[in-house]
Amino acid sequence: MDDVFKALADASRRLLLDRLFDRPGQTLGELCRGLEMSRQAVSKHLAILEEANLVAAVKRGREKLHYLNPVPIHEIADRWIGKYQRAALDGLAALKSELEKEESDG
Amino acid sequence: MDKPKFVYVTYIRSTREKVFRALTDGDATRAYWFGYRIESDWTVGGPLRFYNPEGQLVHDDTLLAYDPPATLSYGWKPLQKGFEGETESRVTFTLEQTGDQVKLTMVHDEMMPGGKMLDAVSGGWPAVISSLKSLLETGTALDRQIPRRE
Repeated sequence: MDDVFKALADASRRLLLDRLFDRPGQTLGELCRGLEMSRQAVSKHLAILEEANLVAAVKRGREKLHYLNPVPIHEIADRWIGKYQRAALDGLAALKSELEKEESDG
Repeated sequence: MDKPKFVYVTYIRSTREKVFRALTDGDATRAYWFGYRIESDWTVGGPLRFYNPEGQLVHDDTLLAYDPPATLSYGWKPLQKGFEGETESRVTFTLEQTGDQVKLTMVHDEMMPGGKMLDAVSGGWPAVISSLKSLLETGTALDRQIPRRE
C-alpha cells in the first residue's frame, strides 16, 4: 500500500491517471501527446504507476496499451471509508438505543 | 478489433486453483459477488448463468473459454430491462502465479459502441474484485451492496 500512496503523491502521475481515465488504452506515444513532459519522464512515471498496480498494461501486437486500474484505490476506500461508514452506523444505532432508553426512563 | 475498455488487475495471496475455484463456484460467488450465483456445466460454447440473491436469472451468457486454473472467459449479456438492445460483450479472467501471489487480470471488451454496458460496469468490477481478494485472503467478503442501476 506504501507504493500506492507514493505513486499518487506526484501531480504528474495523477495527471497521467486522469488522462487514462478519460481515454483508456493509450500507448506511451499517445500519452505523451500534448504534455510538457519528455517521453523519458512519462515512461518513468508510468513504470512507478505500474509498480503500484495503478496502471495495468496489456500488449496488443507490438503495442503496449495502458489502463487506469482502480482496484488498489478501491481497496484503500474499503479499508478506511467502508470502516468509517460502519462505525458511523454503529454510532447511530448506539445513540438511538441510548435516546430510547432515556425516553423510557424519563 | 476494438480496444478493451476495462482492464483490472489485482494481486491475491493465494493459489491459482483457489482463485479459479472462487470464480467458477456458485457458493463462492454468492459470498463475494454480493449474492450473485454463477452456474454452468463448464462446456465451452454452452450456457453460463447468473442468478441474483432472490434467485432470479439475471444473465444468460455463453462460456467462451475454460482452461483451469489459467483462463476463464464468458459472454456478458444481462437480461435486466434497459439492456435488450445490447450485444453480448466479453469478460476474460487470466490467472498467473507470481511468487506467493496470483496476478488476476480481468478484461471486459467487445462492448457495443455507444451502448449502456460501459457505464453499467464501470463501478461494479473493482468492488467485485476487491471483495474476491478480501474473501480469499481474510476469509471475509466485503459486505457492501453492489450499486443498483435502474
